[in-house]
Amino acid sequence: MSHNDLLRIQNLKVCAGEKEILHGIDLDIHENEVHVLMGPNGTGKSTLGAALMGNPAYTVTGGDIIYKGQNINEMPDNERAKNGIFLSFQNPIEIPGITVSAFIRSALEAKTGKRVRLFSFKKELEEKMALLQMDPSYAERDLNVGFSGGEKKKTEILQMLMLNPEFVILDETDSGLDVDAVRTVSKGIEAYRKQSRGSLLVITHSTKILEALPVDYTHIMVNGKIVKTSDSSLIEEVNENGFAAYENAE
Amino acid sequence: MKEKQQIADIDRSVYDIKDTETDAYKIDAGLTPALVEQISKEKNDPVWMQQFRLHSLQIYNELQVPDWGPSIDGLNMDNIVTYVRPNTNMKTKWSDVPEDIKNTFERLGIPQAERKSLAGVGAQYDSELVYHNVRQEVADLGVVYTDLESAMHGEYADMIRKHFMKLVPPTDHKFAALHGAVWSGGSFVYVPKGVSVEIPLQSYFRLNAPGAGQFEHTLIIVEEGAYLHFIEGCSAPKYNVANLHAGCVELFVGKNATLRYSTIENWSKNMYNLNTKRALVEEGGKVEWVSGSFGSHVSYLYPMSILKGKGAKMEFTGITFAGKGQNLDTGAKVVHAAPDTSSYINTKSISKDGGISTFRSSVVVNKDAEGSKSSVSCESLMLDAQSQSDTIPAIDVRTRKADVGHEAQIGKISNEAIFYLMSRGLSEEDARACIVSGFADNVSKELPLEYAIEMNNLIRLEMKGSIG
Repeated sequence: MSHNDLLRIQNLKVCAGEKEILHGIDLDIHENEVHVLMGPNGTGKSTLGAALMGNPAYTVTGGDIIYKGQNINEMPDNERAKNGIFLSFQNPIEIPGITVSAFIRSALEAKTGKRVRLFSFKKELEEKMALLQMDPSYAERDLNVGFSGGEKKKTEILQMLMLNPEFVILDETDSGLDVDAVRTVSKGIEAYRKQSRGSLLVITHSTKILEALPVDYTHIMVNGKIVKTSDSSLIEEVNENGFAAYENAE
Repeated sequence: MKEKQQIADIDRSVYDIKDTETDAYKIDAGLTPALVEQISKEKNDPVWMQQFRLHSLQIYNELQVPDWGPSIDGLNMDNIVTYVRPNTNMKTKWSDVPEDIKNTFERLGIPQAERKSLAGVGAQYDSELVYHNVRQEVADLGVVYTDLESAMHGEYADMIRKHFMKLVPPTDHKFAALHGAVWSGGSFVYVPKGVSVEIPLQSYFRLNAPGAGQFEHTLIIVEEGAYLHFIEGCSAPKYNVANLHAGCVELFVGKNATLRYSTIENWSKNMYNLNTKRALVEEGGKVEWVSGSFGSHVSYLYPMSILKGKGAKMEFTGITFAGKGQNLDTGAKVVHAAPDTSSYINTKSISKDGGISTFRSSVVVNKDAEGSKSSVSCESLMLDAQSQSDTIPAIDVRTRKADVGHEAQIGKISNEAIFYLMSRGLSEEDARACIVSGFADNVSKELPLEYAIEMNNLIRLEMKGSIG
């Protein structure tokens, strides 16, 4: 494995309860790359994201997840976060009683093990919220409580920008958003690319979010397996022909 | 495992420090007319009070223990010491309070709080008040805040005789009768017509003697158009013998007056907390209860509001946290006895490590209470499979022209939410504490700041070591 390998997934098998969802996934992601994962609904794309983040609802039953040269199959989710993995949730959870600002601060403190200086933190938060066209009042609102779909997704991107992870999984971050919101989220992703040499795994079944993003690899997943990997030209092809050809190949 | 122990030990220690017993006087355990007479003599009761005590004892002996709530079999009245007089009389200056007792209250932050944010403070140690003081400017408005014993002999003697245990008569239940027989300490507050006490008064009750009972009586009279916020805090160190708290609170809220009554109860987990609280609200008046129950082994606590006058209101906000070995039966009662009255009950309960939390409510709307409204909402959160949570609402409406609603929700802590918080780097412990604090948030917002902080610390403390 070359030293700029960030993530290497080998023959990964994942179950939800008794049912195997992923039947042997292989995927290599290097530093500073953008990967797109496409595929029909219910093929296991989100399961892969959840398994990489360490969601205890899923069990790895075979294969390896090697992150920065270390097998992380058994690493708990919060340790993965501290090591720079970030998952933007498809359905961010509402948490009453803790504000967006307080939560991001606790997450930063958990990650760095140091106290966050309030003044510079607030300043940075304000800048990033402005970039995402978020009303500053959201910083003091309870995390995701009563937020619209678009606001929730922006809050996920805000956390990504503040925590500055090294490997980001965006799980359907664009789904259910209007054109303007998708554009704003794209701007956030661009800003992340500028501030970091991190890599992204973008799970999506639309292509709106990819318009402004230079894609290095595109993977198509069908029935728990990656059936095709290519460059960004594959996106075009899927746009025109859908997944039918790959589904039939199964 | 090791960390659990340490954290639990270190953090509760502030409540658990036991003072050496240096009581001036301690009565024998158990209950007889001779003992009650002795207490009465010790306390220099007026004759009517002595008779009241003996009569209450008689009722106590006739009544049965309640057969509907958590078991109180562990409580043997023959072993409970009903009267322990600390080695001091009541002071009005902290510097005069004996060193060891003063240190206890210092550790609990009481004098600091008085300096910062209170209009007056009372501190009870075992059976007697050791300190009582009220700010001069508040006293100048005619506000009386003192112990019941001295008030019984002064210019308010008649007022006390007229109100004492009229709302909660000794016949109410066995422990009310017990209270009537052996009550000692507590506070008397009188707020004259139209006077608004802008900053809260606070009483703090501390039970130090092992195997003892605390039976303080709080009597508050808020006259027409007046306003008061009264806070009570309770704690005790943990002993291996049962302690008993059977206090009584009687609140008289005058026409268009408002009384806010906040409690944070953190008795140690060997305490039987059999407390009775009741408010009578006149026309246009309002009582607001804020109640946090964290401690004690067994609790029976259902503050009751009688909305006697037209348009009277009550609001009850409560939180109960039942941990290992705790069976907390809490809730609220209201009687709508006049037209256009309204009640709003909102409670949260949390149970963990096999703790049992039961919400019990009673809403009664009388026939002539037309146009009344009542809304009851209770939410419970169980943190593991061993814990238990029950909801027992009773609703009795005798007019068609009333609007009564009840809503109950029982849930478990969501794994999705824990995963979400942990995926951003929080430890499982912090993630759980965060969710529980969030669940309790609308209650802690009702509390004065220091108490909200204390409550959050208590939740955090209770959540520590709750994993695995």
